[in-house]
Amino acid sequence: MSLGLALAGVLLVALAAGWLGFARARRLRVAGRLHSLPVYHGSYALLWAAIPALLILAAWVPIQTRMVDQAVLSSPEGKALPAFEMQRESILSEAREIASGEREQGFNPESTTLAPRVRAEQQRFGAIGAAAAIVAALAAAMLALRRSAPDFRARTGVERWVMILLFGASLIAILTTLGILLSLMFESLRFFRLYPVGSFLFGLEWSPQTALRADQAGSSGAFGSIPLMWGTFFIGAIIAMIVAIPLGLMSAIYLTQYAPPRLRTWLKPILEILAGVPTVVYGYFAALTVAPVVRDFGLSIGITSASSESALAAGLVMGIMIIPFISSMADDSIAAVPQAMRDGSLALGSTTSETIRKVLLPAALPGVMGGILLAASRAIGETMIVVMAAGLAANLTLNPFASVTTVTTQIVQLLTGDQEFDSAKTLAAFALGLALFLITLLLNLIALQIVRRYREQYE
Amino acid sequence: MNSAAPNRWTADAMRKRVRRRYSSERWFHAVGLGAVALSVLFLAFLLTTMAAKGFGGFTQYEARLPIDFARSDLFLDPATLRGPEAAQTVAGADIEGTLTKAASAAYGPQAAELFGDAAVNRLSSAIVANPDILKGQSTLWLPVSSKVDVAAKTKGDDKSEALVNALEQRQSLRRTFNTGFLTASDSTDPSAVGVWGALKGTFFTILVTMLLAFPIGVLAAVYLEEFAPRNRWTDMIEVSINNLAAVPSIIFGLLGLAVFLNTMNLTRSAPIVGGMTLALMTMPVIVIAGRNAIKTVPPSIRDAALGVGASKMQVTFHHVLPLALPGILTGTIIGMARALGETAPLLMIGMRAFVAAPPHGITDPATVLPVQIFLWSDEVDRGFVEKTSAAIIVLLLFMLAMNGLAIYLRNRFEQRW
Amino acid sequence: MTPNHSTITLPKPEVADAVEPPVERNPKMSAESVSVFYGDKQALKDVSIKIYDDRVTAFIGPSGCGKSTFLRCLNRMNDTIPSARVTGKIELDGKDITSTAMDVVQLRARVGMVFQKPNPFPKSIFENVAYGPRIHGLSSSKSELDGIVESSLKRAGLWDEVKDRLSESGTALSGGQQQRLCIARAIAVDPEVILMDEPCSALDPIATAKIEELIHELRGRYAIAIVTHNMQQAARVSQRTAFFHLGEMVEYGKTSEIFTNPREQRTQDYITGRYG
Repeated sequence: MSLGLALAGVLLVALAAGWLGFARARRLRVAGRLHSLPVYHGSYALLWAAIPALLILAAWVPIQTRMVDQAVLSSPEGKALPAFEMQRESILSEAREIASGEREQGFNPESTTLAPRVRAEQQRFGAIGAAAAIVAALAAAMLALRRSAPDFRARTGVERWVMILLFGASLIAILTTLGILLSLMFESLRFFRLYPVGSFLFGLEWSPQTALRADQAGSSGAFGSIPLMWGTFFIGAIIAMIVAIPLGLMSAIYLTQYAPPRLRTWLKPILEILAGVPTVVYGYFAALTVAPVVRDFGLSIGITSASSESALAAGLVMGIMIIPFISSMADDSIAAVPQAMRDGSLALGSTTSETIRKVLLPAALPGVMGGILLAASRAIGETMIVVMAAGLAANLTLNPFASVTTVTTQIVQLLTGDQEFDSAKTLAAFALGLALFLITLLLNLIALQIVRRYREQYE
Repeated sequence: MNSAAPNRWTADAMRKRVRRRYSSERWFHAVGLGAVALSVLFLAFLLTTMAAKGFGGFTQYEARLPIDFARSDLFLDPATLRGPEAAQTVAGADIEGTLTKAASAAYGPQAAELFGDAAVNRLSSAIVANPDILKGQSTLWLPVSSKVDVAAKTKGDDKSEALVNALEQRQSLRRTFNTGFLTASDSTDPSAVGVWGALKGTFFTILVTMLLAFPIGVLAAVYLEEFAPRNRWTDMIEVSINNLAAVPSIIFGLLGLAVFLNTMNLTRSAPIVGGMTLALMTMPVIVIAGRNAIKTVPPSIRDAALGVGASKMQVTFHHVLPLALPGILTGTIIGMARALGETAPLLMIGMRAFVAAPPHGITDPATVLPVQIFLWSDEVDRGFVEKTSAAIIVLLLFMLAMNGLAIYLRNRFEQRW
Repeated sequence: MTPNHSTITLPKPEVADAVEPPVERNPKMSAESVSVFYGDKQALKDVSIKIYDDRVTAFIGPSGCGKSTFLRCLNRMNDTIPSARVTGKIELDGKDITSTAMDVVQLRARVGMVFQKPNPFPKSIFENVAYGPRIHGLSSSKSELDGIVESSLKRAGLWDEVKDRLSESGTALSGGQQQRLCIARAIAVDPEVILMDEPCSALDPIATAKIEELIHELRGRYAIAIVTHNMQQAARVSQRTAFFHLGEMVEYGKTSEIFTNPREQRTQDYITGRYG
């Protein structure tokens, strides 16, 4: 029995329970006074019938795959499979695909013979799971309906379920973070078993080689990440920031202190649009328009190594994209400085620019710094602009006209093409991802701390 | 008494100093204005460049072609063509060869490559729609191949340029609106590509994202704002959410790859996987927007409802949530707009394959518009430049619409307490 | 017109009027027919007043009747409000302060202001006081600057309390100390007039008494104009009083006369507590 049918069955039981509860409560209400509205009685029964059963189904799915695999492997056809794990795995996955109808024939002849057994086991365990769920639903429904009485606090029961749902929804956030951490760490650990951590973190050469065949244990490539870190830093934290900080900060200053209110209401959203343009558009623009100009400029000032995929092109466009991040944080921070500060400075006879430079900015500095760090974190994690405009050459250079590569570009690069999921190449992508995650996490936490701790108390 | 004061302020040194301060003030003001102007100019430059390059993608050149079907090599039975197997039958016929022969017959041997996949598709549909044309001669206007199209619009290779001139002299070339761009899907021939497949894929993906992220996000926001006790667990949840909102999008792609594809073995490149990945990315945004919206509902409303005897949960769902809904919706739309434009996480879950047919459901392999743009940008054929830019225009229009909707909602329904 | 009863007891003469200089010289600042509009709303109507050296001039009246608005005209702080429009003539030492010959930056140094709520900068105590002299270039060496800071803090009566902690943040002081810091900050640019906008309304009685004492000491060096809605305070510290009501200046004269023998009925009603 398939998952869909099981789901339908559970829902049917739940709806029936809900309706029964509702109807019974209505009859009880005619007889006397109820604590809770009939709809709550109905919902109570429905929730009790549906939720535990659905949870059982959700938990059964991974258990089922494991048990099916076990059963298949211990069956006569399963025992006939080759002993080597990787080959056996690929035969199994092909058999699974044939059983589900995704493909007609596999590369290995064994998979075709295995498929019927797989299908049979899947059906057997699927039926068990579905039966368990529906039995649970029925049992829960009966228990819930038994409790229906005039003084039964159905509403409280329903609200308890709703509370659980709410809490569960919030837990998803933690689960996601945990999921990210765990999956990244797990795969990275597998990578570090193939390639030493130290060489990854401090190695100066990046030339990932693929593991050509399943029997090749590691690879002969170099996975030193320093050139990538440098490229990321060069483009995102240096060039992009050189563009974005002056433009963003001065824009914020102009909009908060100098612009007439009507101009401000128009200009602020226009600046926000810069943040809303999809990064693939920026990337294409960078590759199509900016990069040739940069290269021609580089050649004209005598830099012969100017490439059509340059750090400068990517950095410039990335800087433009980052402007609203800085300007909006700076805007908020400067606007948060009380007017009394501004008045006090003006009353002493200072000009507006002096007030901004010597009183408002220093007071708003924590917020501005936080904004800059958050913007840097965004720039470091940016993918499409660098993929399309920067390049693939792992280069440790100070030349902005040269082609460099970044962590994000390499993650994309490593995970394209044939996916041998155990090769060092693909696992390296996860190690890079882990590094990226930790760095941006650190930046975000520092930014938050700065804003929180050093925000001036004006009282 | 400050008798020194008037002299001090009128002294030369002081005057010069004051003048210097004023000029630095003017300079500062100008720099601020310049910064804003420069930023706006960049945006304008970006948008106009894309519009200029992409405009051509919405138009197409067609050439007139007389075909004598009766004398061609197309042996198609009109009866089959009226039945359910029509499309397959036509696909099996050598439409391409027929076109080449007819073109060479009409315009000479150099016109052999006049027509490409787009014309094949157009002719095939024409035959299926009206099989009777196979009985005699017809003159059709068919889209030209990509090389000729490029030559007609800007500048191409010499052979195509000559062909274009020849056609123009015979008045056999015209420019029309390229409806195919909006109805066709991906193809290897740039003259035949369209964004429909990508649009459908985007639709399914965003649907899944919305269905997952919106309820979870809103419920989490409600819990954190209204019910959560102040303890270490809720602090951790808060910190997690704030961090997740700032995690680079590619990391979510890695998560999707590791969990949805490898552990759960779902279909690569399917909208359901893409949707789940984007939902994980969008949910924190919705939670934060939801919390802010709920925070703005004044306590007096909650007190009033409690005073009538409503339970805390009834207060939340009957009073607070409806009032916070405009703000939540605005935040959701903005989050969705962001998800709409995301490329990197979807590349990770395999959406960079060549998908020629639009998906029928959320489990069919598909692509989304930003990824389509990315794939086309990699193509070497010059004909793809305008198509990529045209697709960018479509994407930007969507973004504009969504953001405009969000701003409209915010202005219309935002309540100031 | 004799008042029914005075709810005000004037302080002993030696505190206020006894030390009044006999001859009234030219006014330090004068205002003629000053009106202020915020957009279309008129906040101040045709106010004419003279402010003299060596005197404290108090502006009293119920809330929202234009006293602070008028005060802010005297150092052109209303310029910082986009919708505000000021008409009429205001002169400092006989020169029109709105003319192009008068530089607003210098004006504000010569006419200092202390605000209702103490607003020290989030900088150190030293930096707070040194800010003004620095931007105006009033000192040419570090030691000179130190001297200015010290004398300003001494004149503001704060030196003894903070001389050992000049590098601490100005916002860490108590309310009364912060206000004295703001006074020191205003003094540091060597003004000729000091405007005070309800300087004690955010302070406790002890701090208030200290500020009032300070005002008395400062009177000798600076012309002081003080807005207050505390009538007793006005009686305590000022020699001249102007009564504002609904955007008009109703009556202006010697403090003793205003409080014992006002000419206008509205003034008398306010002083006897009929409204306000």
